[in-house]
Amino acid sequence: MKRVLLAHGDGGLYAAALLKTLFLRYFNSQELARLSDAALLPAVEGRLAVTTDSFVVQPVFFPGGDIGKLAVCGTVNDLTAAGARPLYLTASFILEEGLALDELEAVVASLSATAEACGVQVVAGDTKVVPRGQADKVYINTTGIGLADPRLVLGAERVTPGAAVILSGTAGDHGIAVLSCRDGISFRTPVKSDCAPLNRLLESVSPYYPAISWMRDPTRGGVGAVLNELAESGAADIVVEESLLPIRPEVKAASELLGLDPLYLANEGKMVIVVDENVAHNVCSALRAHPLGRDAEIIGRVEKGNGSVWLRTRLGGTRAVEMPAGLPLPRIC
Amino acid sequence: MQTAAELSFAQRLLTLIMKRVSGPLVIMEVCGTHTTAVSRYGLRPLLEPLRLLSGPGCPVCVTASGDLDRMIALAGSGAIVATFGDLLRVPGNGTSLEQAQAAGADVRVVYSPLDAVRIAAENRDRPVVFLGVGFETTAPGLALAVKQAERESLGNFYLYSCLKTVVPALQALLTGDAPGLDGLLLPGHVSSVIGRQAQDFVASVHGVPAAVTGFTESDILLGLAAVILMIEKGEPGVVNAYPRVVREAGNVTAQKLLSEVFAAADAEWRGLGSIPGSGLTLRPQFARHDAALHFDLPQPQPAQQAKEEPCRCGDVLRGAIIPPECALFAGRCTPLYPLGPCMVSSEGACAAYYRYERKKGAVPA
Amino acid sequence: MCIGLPCLVMARNGDVGTVEYSGNSREVNLALVPQAGPGDWVLVHAGLALQIIEESAALETRALLEELDADRG
Repeated sequence: MKRVLLAHGDGGLYAAALLKTLFLRYFNSQELARLSDAALLPAVEGRLAVTTDSFVVQPVFFPGGDIGKLAVCGTVNDLTAAGARPLYLTASFILEEGLALDELEAVVASLSATAEACGVQVVAGDTKVVPRGQADKVYINTTGIGLADPRLVLGAERVTPGAAVILSGTAGDHGIAVLSCRDGISFRTPVKSDCAPLNRLLESVSPYYPAISWMRDPTRGGVGAVLNELAESGAADIVVEESLLPIRPEVKAASELLGLDPLYLANEGKMVIVVDENVAHNVCSALRAHPLGRDAEIIGRVEKGNGSVWLRTRLGGTRAVEMPAGLPLPRIC
Repeated sequence: MQTAAELSFAQRLLTLIMKRVSGPLVIMEVCGTHTTAVSRYGLRPLLEPLRLLSGPGCPVCVTASGDLDRMIALAGSGAIVATFGDLLRVPGNGTSLEQAQAAGADVRVVYSPLDAVRIAAENRDRPVVFLGVGFETTAPGLALAVKQAERESLGNFYLYSCLKTVVPALQALLTGDAPGLDGLLLPGHVSSVIGRQAQDFVASVHGVPAAVTGFTESDILLGLAAVILMIEKGEPGVVNAYPRVVREAGNVTAQKLLSEVFAAADAEWRGLGSIPGSGLTLRPQFARHDAALHFDLPQPQPAQQAKEEPCRCGDVLRGAIIPPECALFAGRCTPLYPLGPCMVSSEGACAAYYRYERKKGAVPA
Repeated sequence: MCIGLPCLVMARNGDVGTVEYSGNSREVNLALVPQAGPGDWVLVHAGLALQIIEESAALETRALLEELDADRG
């Protein structure tokens, strides 16, 4: 088995070979192929959106995805949530000495295929190798550049009481899929990560862009954290109906098994969208017409208040949904 | 998880209960999982004026701070420390297992104590210590783990036992300066091991009506209904409201296993003090797996008790106050910066109140 | 105090078994429920089955409901 060597990161012949035999095979961008120090991109009209994110998922390959796919989805979804159409990505790899080249290739192939599928070009990249034990196989940083859509004017200050809160699909899938592989916790689950780029899903609701006031992709910290961010920054309350929350039965069950709350589990292919009440059902139907939005639901409403999130339970009780503190850990109590 | 039919059953129970409750009855849910469930289902406001008090049934919360310090010392000793996720963030004397892990300690979160035996088998050259907290529900798994390690000659597997038993704690609670309790919800899963009849004394000796109760919405309401009816009639008893899981005599196989591996010992409970015969320690034939005998651990310092004073977890655990009545609650003591174990343990009463009920006055209609 | 879940026994091999909980499955220890076999529901806590669940052992729920519904007098 061929492995990543420290020499692959030294800028010499090994590095050049890795670039040619692996990275350039998967990324056919003219900008990248020029191998210059920086990509020169054509001028665009409008405002640019830039975001950056680092990915350190363990395990690197998980049911429904891998770190390569995740590195594209995470950044594309951040651009999308900011109201921008993603155009370009950069990808920076930190590799652990000893990583199997086959595994690296699988990650690169997945990253490239995901980028291509959502219409985003990888225009710059970098690779570094650290001694064995100083990283966990592979870390990836991606920076994304997108073009802000002038029809989308987003901000917590635009969120008004009465607005509907939509979740584009089931909550907690990614969190459970990744936890199921962890050492010491292992259980078998049919749940796969929801890891997916959402730019195309959001394009499917473009007729309603002016009615959308706020969006966020509920990654780490889950839907619970994102709703708290909105409530706090918008100084309004959010009231969520427990009976309307889309959660797969397997996810709910696995959460119970581990003593976790699905509201705080990570998602990698979901969007929380706040939209005017009068078009909420249209937006929801449009989302459901797209394969990535099939399970979209209006989960709650924005109400006058001072920044709290409430859940109306199935019995009609009300409880506060707090900001999560600490990582979700399996519990016995 | 519940079906629509079970939910409408729960709704009917709730309506019937509320028709009967007129005064401020005080019922203690002994078990921390009940505390969390009651909060999660949003039951507390729906049940007013009935008042539900949390009891001492959160194993992490009742673990004495000296024990926590010794666990954190074990993590710093170079041993692999395996534990349930519940313990990771609990603050000992200014630090925690999570902090120790960040400083380089090898701490592994496991789902089952048997996973820790597997870790010991894979690391025969290193000591592996399981930090055992829990009640009779959790203790059998630890007993099996110790026996399995013995069978596989894993001399590197150790248990640090802070295991506790519920009956002596109930006795201490009911004979102590307990607040006027009108009834008790008894822990359903502990009862699956010890059985219903072992708790008869709650009614026969102390005159307090009680129901062994499960954990779904309708389970909890059924337990409450049974207790309320006994209060009304003035006929205290210990009703089994969780019969699909709990038998009269419990699980005898599990009880035999527990007495084969463990002996009763006095144990220190946070909030309740030392309770005779309420702890479980390894019997001499398993002494080579007893972490307390093999590691040089810090001795409990009486001074530490004083330090706990501003934190009123002890009063919460005895049912003397509810969490918002502690001056630190939600101010200096929050889930992010917990000062006491009831705030850090996910089933701790303070954490449950903080998470689900803190802003009670502001609950929208 | 203790999270416990009703799981369906799918297979048993000595003291070790596979149980399912709403589509998720895992290995559990069945040593404390010697009579449990495939098709039985067991209560599982921290990887260990503690009791066989008997749905038929229902509480006298109807009687309790009637009593609860009856007028006090």
